[in-house]
Amino acid sequence: MKNTRRKFLKVAGLAVLGWSMRPASRLMAAHGAQSAEGLFMASKHGAPKHGEGLHAGRWIMLIDTNKLTPAIEQKCINACHTNHNVPDIETKQNIKWIWAEPLHNVFPEQMHENIPGGTERTTLVLCNHCTNPPCVRVCPTKATFQREDGIVMMDFHRCIGCRYCMAACPYGSRSFNFMDPRPHIKDAIPEFPTRTKGVVEKCEFCSERLAEGKLPYCVEVSEGAMMFGDLEDPESEVRKVLASRYSIRRKPELGTEPGVYYLI
Amino acid sequence: MYDKGAVIAGLAVFVVFFSFPFWYNTGSAAYKQPQPELPKNSKQCVESKEWMRAEHMQLLNTWRDDVVREGMHEYTSTANGQVFNKSLVKTCMKCHDSKEKFCDKCHTTMDVNPYCWDCHVAPKEAK
Ligand code: SF4
Ligand code: SF4
Repeated sequence: MKNTRRKFLKVAGLAVLGWSMRPASRLMAAHGAQSAEGLFMASKHGAPKHGEGLHAGRWIMLIDTNKLTPAIEQKCINACHTNHNVPDIETKQNIKWIWAEPLHNVFPEQMHENIPGGTERTTLVLCNHCTNPPCVRVCPTKATFQREDGIVMMDFHRCIGCRYCMAACPYGSRSFNFMDPRPHIKDAIPEFPTRTKGVVEKCEFCSERLAEGKLPYCVEVSEGAMMFGDLEDPESEVRKVLASRYSIRRKPELGTEPGVYYLI
Repeated sequence: MYDKGAVIAGLAVFVVFFSFPFWYNTGSAAYKQPQPELPKNSKQCVESKEWMRAEHMQLLNTWRDDVVREGMHEYTSTANGQVFNKSLVKTCMKCHDSKEKFCDKCHTTMDVNPYCWDCHVAPKEAK
């Protein structure tokens, strides 16, 4: 009988070894043409490709840094914030989905003082809807998750306010409700919910608008300075623009693969 | 019998407390089923009235997950096959346009506090 026990341990050891190689093989698979799956990738959720509305393989946004003016920027911010019941709080605890930021903060690695317009020139920043979003990987409740079309969503119902996602996001795209936002919203619009104290929020690429077949609010009022489309469709407008103009993304060295491209 | 006095006193106290709801409420008005105000612009809900009365909370829970997590927005009524947008504010509250006269009627009577309205914005009450 001694023999059997030896054999069992051997087999068990081999099995453990085998299982430990499985994630490694998946990780390697992630370096292929499709980097959508792998050990260090967030898992995806949701199958939004049915029903009416706009659908895409991978939604992306282009921001033309040359066409944006402070006035247009403000228009985009207002359109987003009023329609999504984003409160306006006078302190550091303000909530932002989209905001204007000086270029030296957006692209700190690639600034020099002689760029056209200077480094204080502003552009718009928002959640990048990363292909490999660190915020999604750390969320313990899956309150923030990635849809198959690349949109990083928030399920406000599920957020427990631990703020792991805020620590994980390398772009500061997320805001936390330190207080009840309702008193800070002038006229809450009924079509979109507000949030409560203790919940994290951020841009959702206007998923509720896409479901109705409309483009995001900011894109609509941007006077052509912003574009929205499907990265996976070679015939799409955004792909054509990407092929013809030079574009950069924020902190590419981190491997988050942002879905927001800045045209230079 | 040991400690007869203490046992009987204890029993008496128990009976008094146990029957508290009965004698406390004698003479007060009988329970009346709450009468939520029904919408004027529509005769038919997404499902039958009886089913909605019992199951609306589960329905809303399912709608919530379908819309937010799965991106599924259409609900086909099992009562009449009609298709509805799964939305509390954009569907339910378009007919039931007063939270006070509809939702609150039963919720207050039953002393339940659903947290829907902590985030979702109720339609403006016509005063
Ligand atoms: S920008 Fe930040 S919040 Fe948005 S998907 Fe990327 S890591 Fe998440
Ligand atoms: S704060 Fe909310 S969304 Fe962020 S990680 Fe925690 S539970 Fe998830």
